[in-house]
Amino acid sequence: MADIETKKKYNEYVKSKSPMTKPFPTLIWAFLVGGTICVIGQVFYDIYSAVFPEFTKDILRAYTLCTMIFLGTLFTGLGLYDKIGAFAGAGSIIPITGFANSIASPAIEFKTEGWIFGMCVKMFTIAGPVIVNGIVSSIAVGLIYLIFGI
Amino acid sequence: MLLDYLIVFLVGGGICLIGQILVIRTQMTTARILVLFLLLGVVLEAFGLYQPFAEFAKSGAMIPICGFGSTLARGAIEGAATGNILGVLKGGLSATASGLAAAVFFSYIFAMIFRSRTKKTGK
Amino acid sequence: MGKIGKQTVILKNKPNIISSYSIVGPKEGKGPMSAYFDKIMPDDMCGQNTYEKAEQKFMEKAVFGAIDKAKMRPQDIDMFLSGDLLNQIISASFTAREFDTTFIGLFGACSTMTESLAIGSCLVDGGYVDNVLCATCSHFASAERQFRYPLELGTQRPPTAQWTVTGAGATILECTGKGPYIEAVTFGKVSDYGITDVNNMGAAMAPSALHTLKAHFIDMKRTPEDYDLIFTGDLGKLGSEILIDLLEKEGYKLGVNYNDCGCLIFDKEQKTFMGGSGCGCSASVLNSYVITKLLNKEVKSVLFLSTGALLSPLSSQQGLSIPGIAHAISIRSD
Repeated sequence: MADIETKKKYNEYVKSKSPMTKPFPTLIWAFLVGGTICVIGQVFYDIYSAVFPEFTKDILRAYTLCTMIFLGTLFTGLGLYDKIGAFAGAGSIIPITGFANSIASPAIEFKTEGWIFGMCVKMFTIAGPVIVNGIVSSIAVGLIYLIFGI
Repeated sequence: MLLDYLIVFLVGGGICLIGQILVIRTQMTTARILVLFLLLGVVLEAFGLYQPFAEFAKSGAMIPICGFGSTLARGAIEGAATGNILGVLKGGLSATASGLAAAVFFSYIFAMIFRSRTKKTGK
Repeated sequence: MGKIGKQTVILKNKPNIISSYSIVGPKEGKGPMSAYFDKIMPDDMCGQNTYEKAEQKFMEKAVFGAIDKAKMRPQDIDMFLSGDLLNQIISASFTAREFDTTFIGLFGACSTMTESLAIGSCLVDGGYVDNVLCATCSHFASAERQFRYPLELGTQRPPTAQWTVTGAGATILECTGKGPYIEAVTFGKVSDYGITDVNNMGAAMAPSALHTLKAHFIDMKRTPEDYDLIFTGDLGKLGSEILIDLLEKEGYKLGVNYNDCGCLIFDKEQKTFMGGSGCGCSASVLNSYVITKLLNKEVKSVLFLSTGALLSPLSSQQGLSIPGIAHAISIRSD
C-alpha cells in the first residue's frame, strides 16, 4: 500500500502526463451543433405559429419542445445521436434533444433485461437526477414566492 | 427574420460552448451537465431574468435544458400566485408535463421498435 | 526449484503451450494484428441477441477452437481456468457449463489471461492435473453498458479512454511436447496509488505492472535486456509511458523490446485514443502474435504481463480509488 505522499505525487505526475481533450475542434463543434439544433427548434416554432396563429406562446413552445424531443428519441433509436455526440459533446447534450437521448438510450439498451426491470426501470438512470432536481428546485422557488408573497 | 435565426444560433451555440468548456475542464458526465444547466435555468427564472432572455433569444434560450428549468420554475411561481401550496407542488410539473410525457412516451415507442447497436468508430 | 524470491515460481517440468486460439470482433480484425488472429468474426453479435450472450459465444469459440487445434476432445481437458469482466464472471462459468470438466472461476479483471496461465502452469508443473485450459474474453458493448453508459448515449470519450477489445483467447498447457513453454511465473500484489479516474485505467494499473516487473527481475536476477520481447497487457499508450518512466526511476530501462498489447491491437485511425483494454486484449494478442513469434522461433524468450484494474461500478461511484494487479509469465522456446 502506497503512502499518502506517494499517492499525491503520483496523481500529480499522472495529471501532468495525461492529455486533455483538445479545445479545438470540439469547442467549435459544440457551438455549431448546439446552435443548429436551436435553429431547427426555431424553424418548427415559426412553422407552428404560421399554421396555428391562434396558439399562445406557451403552447407553441410546448409543441416545439415535443417535436424536438421526438426527433431526439428518433435519432437515438436510429443510432445516430451517439455519433453526433461523439464529436459535438455538450453541443448535443444541453439541448432538449440531449435530454430525450438520455431517456431513450437506456430504454433501448436495457430492454434485453426485460420490459419492467430492464426498459422501464433503467429509463431514468441518467435523466432521473434531472427530473428530481428540476421538481425539487422548482418547488423550492415556488415556496419562496408563496411565503414571501413576491 | 434572418437576424432572429442568427441570434438563436449564436445564443444556443454559446450556451453549448460554455457547457463544452466545462466538460473539457472538469470531465463532467452527461447527467451532471444536464442537472447543472437545468438548475441554472431555475435560478435565473426565480430572479425573473429568464423570460426577458427568452424574449430576445427565442429558441436559443428555450431549446437548451435551461429553458426546461425555467419553465419548471415559472410553473411553480405561477402556482404560488394562487396562494395555495398545492399550486406550488403541481405548478412546475404541469408546465412541463407535455415535454416529460413526450420524452417518456417516444422513448417507450422507439425502445419497442429499435434495438441497441454497437459502436463502429474509425475504419 | 519451485519458489524463488518472494513472488516468483520456477517451473521445472516446462509446462508446454500445446495449443492456442484467438478470436476477435470486426474492429480488432481491421487493426494491425489482423494477420495473426485465428478467427475474425464479421459481426460482434456472433448470431446472439444480447451482448452478454455474444461475449460468452466468443469465449466458447476460443475454447473449442483451442481444443480442436490440439486435436483433443473436450472431455480430455482436465481442468478449465477462466474468468472475464462481467458481474459474477458469467461468460466463464456459462462456457464451463458446455463441457464436462472441472472448472475454477477466476477474477483478475484484465489480468485474467496471465492469472489463469500462472495458476494453470503451477498445477500442471506439480503434476496435479495432466493438462489445463486457460481462457478469457471481453466484449466492448457488454463492458460499456456494465461500467459506463448505454451505447446510444451521445457522450464524448475523454482522451485518456481506452477501447475494450471484443475478443477471446484460449491456451492449453501440458507437460509434454516441444512447443514454447512457461519457464517461470511471478504473481503480483495489489497496488493502489490513489487514481480515481475510471477513464484513466492505464495510470491506475501502471504501478502494479512496475511492482510485478521489479519483483520478477529481482527474483530471477535478470534485467529487461535478458528478454527478446516484453509485453504488458492493456496499459495503453499513456500507461506504458508511465511504466517506462517509473521503471527508469527504479533503475531498469525498457527498450525497443517492450510493447503493450493495447497499443498493438488498434492503430491510430481507429480512434480508440489510448488503445485497447479488457481481458480479451492481452488474451487475443498473446494467443496470436506472441505465440506465433515463439513458434516461428523469431524470438526465444518473452516476458508477458497482463494488468488488471480491480474496480466495480459501485466502488467508482463511491469515489474509491482503483487498485491494480499484474501477473507475469516468462515464456521460452528453445
